[in-house]
Amino acid sequence: MPPDTTSESPGSDVTSTVFKDTELTLGLPGEARFSGGKTCSKRGFIERSMDLNLGDSSSSSSQTRGKILAGQDFSSESLVSGAGKPSAAKRQEVVGWPPVRSLRKRALEGCKYVKVAVDGAPYLRKVDLEIYNSYQELLRALEQMFMTCFAIRGNYVGEGGRKVMYPMKEMEYVPTYEDKDGDWMLVGDVPWKMFLESCKRIRLMKSSEAVGTLAPRTHPRSCTYEVAADQQLKAR
Amino acid sequence: MNYFPDEVLEHVFDFVASHRDRNAVSLVCRLWHRVERLSRQRVFVGNCYALSPEILIARFPGLKSLTLKGKPHFADFNLVPHDWGGYVQPWIEALSNSRIGLEELRLKRMVVSDESLELLSRSLANFKSLVLVSCEGFTTVGLAAIAANCRFLRELDLQENEIDDHSGHWLSCFPDSCTSLISLNFACLKGEINLAALERLVARSPNLRSLRLNRAVPLETLQNILMRAPQLVDLGTGSYIHDPDSETYNKLKHTILKCKSIRNLSGFLEVAPRCLPAIYPICLNLTSLNLSYAAGIHGSELVKLIRRCAKLQRLWILDCIGDKGLEVVASTCKELQELRVFPSDVLGVGHAAVTENGLVAISAGCPKLHSLLYFCQQMTNAALIVVAKNCPNFIRFRLCILEPTKPDPVTMQPLDDGFGAIVQSCKHLRRLSLSGLLTDRVFLYIGMYAEQLEMLSVAFAGDSDKGMLYVLNGCKKLRKLEIRDCPYGDKALLTDVGKYETMRSLWMSSCEVTLGGCKTLAKEMPRLNVEIINEHDQMEIGSEEQRVEKMYLYRTLVGPRKDAPEFVWTL
Repeated sequence: MPPDTTSESPGSDVTSTVFKDTELTLGLPGEARFSGGKTCSKRGFIERSMDLNLGDSSSSSSQTRGKILAGQDFSSESLVSGAGKPSAAKRQEVVGWPPVRSLRKRALEGCKYVKVAVDGAPYLRKVDLEIYNSYQELLRALEQMFMTCFAIRGNYVGEGGRKVMYPMKEMEYVPTYEDKDGDWMLVGDVPWKMFLESCKRIRLMKSSEAVGTLAPRTHPRSCTYEVAADQQLKAR
Repeated sequence: MNYFPDEVLEHVFDFVASHRDRNAVSLVCRLWHRVERLSRQRVFVGNCYALSPEILIARFPGLKSLTLKGKPHFADFNLVPHDWGGYVQPWIEALSNSRIGLEELRLKRMVVSDESLELLSRSLANFKSLVLVSCEGFTTVGLAAIAANCRFLRELDLQENEIDDHSGHWLSCFPDSCTSLISLNFACLKGEINLAALERLVARSPNLRSLRLNRAVPLETLQNILMRAPQLVDLGTGSYIHDPDSETYNKLKHTILKCKSIRNLSGFLEVAPRCLPAIYPICLNLTSLNLSYAAGIHGSELVKLIRRCAKLQRLWILDCIGDKGLEVVASTCKELQELRVFPSDVLGVGHAAVTENGLVAISAGCPKLHSLLYFCQQMTNAALIVVAKNCPNFIRFRLCILEPTKPDPVTMQPLDDGFGAIVQSCKHLRRLSLSGLLTDRVFLYIGMYAEQLEMLSVAFAGDSDKGMLYVLNGCKKLRKLEIRDCPYGDKALLTDVGKYETMRSLWMSSCEVTLGGCKTLAKEMPRLNVEIINEHDQMEIGSEEQRVEKMYLYRTLVGPRKDAPEFVWTL
């Protein structure tokens, strides 16, 4: 239970006005506990330190490697005082925050190499996911890596619905990945940046294995499958 | 008191080990002071600018082990400019000119140059142990000097230092006659290492108990090393990557079975999770596991590993373990005393890595927990209240909610009540770090209940000067207070100036204190150094109203330091 201030002895340092200010009360969620004036001044601090970085990051957001969400993030509840800060500000780098030593930060940053396994290939490859900006780019790169042997089928096709198909070997592959929880997921369901975060390794699974678990494997030019994929692309 | 000859007193004092107790002993009377200081071998100096090397040497002629700390704690987070100070050179010079036979030097957040290391290695004949934590300014050239010249070196422990790597040959500088190594930690070195020299060194060090490798040491070398040093108690792997079907990996699996003494495990700076099963056999004996640099171990592999570590007392981990993983820790590690959960995504946009649920689970499952560092996505008052009830034995409680000023997401209230519950319940709390949305109320609670509190870290909290005053008035044992981005101004600073002489230091940055306020303080308290860090030429001399961006004050016997750079003004 939180400390009960009503049992304060009169001889304590706490004056009656202070006492009143700090009296525990039950309140509905969202009820302000303190005057707007005080809060405004406090916000000023955060704004001051955050503003220093706002300019930088907004201009470099496209280059920043998926670390800053432009729009709303999940925890965008406004501060008790009222108008919340713009969501982007919440995720800006405040100098020295979070309090982690530079050595540690640097050890965890940097490239995001993941292994790529292709069913039937004699060896695996590694790709740095951070150099790509979209699923399309990634799959194109993978396609090139393994192009001599395989055709990769994905939800994300090239420009104008071009299919990647090599008639000589009519093998199609479904791109899957292992996420942070160890589950095997279909590539393409989540936003690219979320994928970057959670992808630990990639496996290009033979279509035959994927039968029954994914959308029906019809003729490659099947409209429904590709249209659905295009719509997903457009919605982003 | 006068009936005993000095030798008897000295013998009794031998049993008084802690620095604090010995300091207390020295205050009893002149006789005790003299006997104590002549027999004192280990000295801890929490702030290298609080006294001078000469004072130290004069008082403790029998000094064998010295611990020195330099920069303020917030220097770890880039809040202190690079050349602020904290140089060890004057200390080493003074020691080398004296008759002191220093054997052990432990430095934290100090600037150590290659010349300092070289001087140390040449002038202290009996030097045995060098521990550097979060230091900078030296290179592998300095390490080579230590290796080459310290004939009786037992310990070289480099923890999280910024070291310029010029070559891996410093390891070859250990002479063949050096067989005394007990502990070697170079995990923070970024560059290549002479692997053959490393293996030979291990082979001729029969007393080696602790070895922490850097990223450049591959699995094959690890295998060879463990073959020669199965007696290791503390192991930090380097690069832990191999083909699990290879012969090397197979050999490793067998070699590890012989390493029955390993109790501390760390490293995995690069890791192939499929090679982890090799270490399963030693997991049950582990009391300390540090996977906070092992970004390559996640999810199910991490959990599989933890499930085998039933005897863990200390666990350092990344937040990718998740709340579910922490539940596994809670159900497996019943002996857990210290937990640190570091953020794996330090630039933001991470999704809920760990939340209050993980902490609640830990508190319920690990009753012996007394030290916590927890970086999390969010925290609730309700959770903190439960944690306080489950774990009344906290000595260190450091909570960092990644988003500054984030309230309780369920109630949208500040976290005053939650932290209030912690300080009320944990009567032995010595160190506390706050975060999240906080008003003055939390400081009222801290002042009221945190009687043993020695160190408090505050960021983006409070509404008015009252907050800081509650703490200064209430926490009688406060030694270090560090504050950033809070609305505390001159009134808070100046109400109880005498308090600062009872403390080691006070740091305030991005607060409301003014130049005038700091000047007033410096004038009233001549035995404090009140330093203003003036990075961007913001201050005009004479502009009393101007807010001071960074202020650091500390008590000292030796007045303003002479090595302060241009941007540091001692008022």
